[in-house]
Amino acid sequence: MLAVMRRDLLLAMRRKTEVLTALFFFVIVTSLFPLGIGPETALLRKIAPGVLWVGALLATMLGLQRMFASDHADGTLEQMVLSPTPLFFLVAGKNAAHWLVSGLPLVVLAPLLGVQFDLDPESLGVLTLGLLLGTPVLSLVGAIGAALTLGVRGGGVLLSLLVLPLYIPTLIFGAGAVQAHTSGLGAGGHLSLLAALLAMALFFAPWATTAALRISLE
Amino acid sequence: MLSASNLTCVRGDRSLFAGIDFEVGAGEWLHVRGANGCGKTSLLRLLAGLSKPAHGEIRWCGQPANDDVFRGDLLFLGHHAAVKEDLTALENLQLASSLDGDELSREEAVAALRRFGLQGREDLPVRFLSAGQKRRVLLARLVTRKAKLWVLDEPFTALDTRAVQFLGTLIGEHLEQGGMAVVTSHQAIPIAGGKGLDL
Amino acid sequence: MSNRIVNWFRFASPYSFYPLAGRMMPWFWTLAAVFGVAGLWVGFFVAPTDATQGEGYRIIFIHVPASWLSMFIYLVMAMWAGIGLALNTRLAGMMAQALAPTGAIMAFLSLWTGAFWGKPMWGTWWVWDARLTSELILFFLYLGFIALQAAIDDPRRADKAGAVLALVGVVNVPIIYFSVKWWNTLHQGSSVSLTRSPSMAQTMLWGMLLMALAFWMYSIAVGLKRLRTIILEREAHTDWVRNLAEVKAPAKLTKVTEVTA
Repeated sequence: MLAVMRRDLLLAMRRKTEVLTALFFFVIVTSLFPLGIGPETALLRKIAPGVLWVGALLATMLGLQRMFASDHADGTLEQMVLSPTPLFFLVAGKNAAHWLVSGLPLVVLAPLLGVQFDLDPESLGVLTLGLLLGTPVLSLVGAIGAALTLGVRGGGVLLSLLVLPLYIPTLIFGAGAVQAHTSGLGAGGHLSLLAALLAMALFFAPWATTAALRISLE
Repeated sequence: MLSASNLTCVRGDRSLFAGIDFEVGAGEWLHVRGANGCGKTSLLRLLAGLSKPAHGEIRWCGQPANDDVFRGDLLFLGHHAAVKEDLTALENLQLASSLDGDELSREEAVAALRRFGLQGREDLPVRFLSAGQKRRVLLARLVTRKAKLWVLDEPFTALDTRAVQFLGTLIGEHLEQGGMAVVTSHQAIPIAGGKGLDL
Repeated sequence: MSNRIVNWFRFASPYSFYPLAGRMMPWFWTLAAVFGVAGLWVGFFVAPTDATQGEGYRIIFIHVPASWLSMFIYLVMAMWAGIGLALNTRLAGMMAQALAPTGAIMAFLSLWTGAFWGKPMWGTWWVWDARLTSELILFFLYLGFIALQAAIDDPRRADKAGAVLALVGVVNVPIIYFSVKWWNTLHQGSSVSLTRSPSMAQTMLWGMLLMALAFWMYSIAVGLKRLRTIILEREAHTDWVRNLAEVKAPAKLTKVTEVTA
């Protein structure tokens, strides 16, 4: 499993542009909202959690295809499926690498972007913690969609249609955590629900992804 | 020992082949022949376990051929070169080995690549190698991995005469040591102990 | 006993189920019509005028059964898809494919009637309450399933991929519903809720149940019809399909051309 993770990280390092484009997308999209809505700080502070979370969702979506598409095209995915190592672990390794490359940078960037929206430091903390718990869920669940749409026509858009409804609980709890915090209700409940989602996704999503991969390779 | 009974493969609504039976014992190999599009690749993918047959079953040493034990004994090389273009030949080989569960040291990997004529090119990203050289990177796994069953789909494509000869010798040695192979190829393969299967 | 088990599996192939579906359909159409008429009569003539909402509330007799059916059909669809995946049968996968559009239509109907209810009652076409929002997301899940199956050329792969998606969806639906409810209760903006209706008069409940049964029978009937079409499409290369009366009918045309030639 570590070998696969190492491999994907190595590959991502050698093709930095793909990774960086998704991150720049995150930055640009979140900057679009104030431009579209207006600069009043009170309003910005209110929409900030939603905007940042939706931006993170969309940026993750951009990077999902990358998870399996190139391996499928050059035949290395077949070799992985045929390896004596259980596919579950290989998929977990790929998911981990994907998150490190796509999700973790979002978590790091978010507080910086949150400052644009005039969020106070504690809210930024809740936002970051939420993203830290939520972005792995996005990678794990997104992997299922990526595996199902391997080599299918209209893959990218179809993938969004399949995966975005499944992302909604994560969005609600993540953005809700920050809103709960700013309104004084405390973010504990939301964050624990996010953690629960993460635990479930960690156990169940790779199974669905391995099933989907085998189906796509038939 | 590999055995297949009553194998049927359906693609879309066409039946590519039906009722195929064969057995391959230690030291034997199967030459799958047929025109393009008649299902040679599909048959090999069925044997490897990548797809499921519409009917029939495949057994490895008496057990159904779909668990990790079977995959541990299997080496499958398909149409694709199955190498990552951005990694070097060395990295590709070492990675493929660790996926299979054996760690390959740098010396062992370099030695294997040298046997296939890739000395001096181990540290180049595979992108810069020719098509034939790319295929040879993964063929190098044939020497580094101790798999009993080799399933090779058109292994001689893009190889020059010397490499073809070398691969032939390699398969011969593998069979002498009790291994088995299933090979598709348009060309005749001059290795003893072969059975033919025409699709 | 074992005879009866063997009997059921006999119908698991498209070849044997096709005529059976054909025989069952008229019954379900009739039941749908009967329940529908009864339900609409109860809903529009028998149920009393609501104290707070007047006559406009009567649209719930379509809205609520449609919502129930949209969720029920998703479960049934996922069940058939799962059976098809687990047992590697074709008919189960075809059944799931046949049910999906009906489920999507039910979800859409529920959303539209919800909007029509909301406008005269509360002045807005859309209300972000937990039920309607979950219904919207369910609609997206249906669309995703249909789109995925449409995009994959190989029918067997489409069946199996759809099954994985449907099963993942089924697990997610409770999570989504719970999260939307949570979201809704925290943003207590609109104090109106389409679910929080006053204790219903018995007749209202009866009306909704009858309509629900009507929609259920309709869904089965239309599902069977769609299933028969899918069977004809997918098994078009087999002898038994080519020998069917409805497939052979166009032969009449060749006679005409023979005469003119």
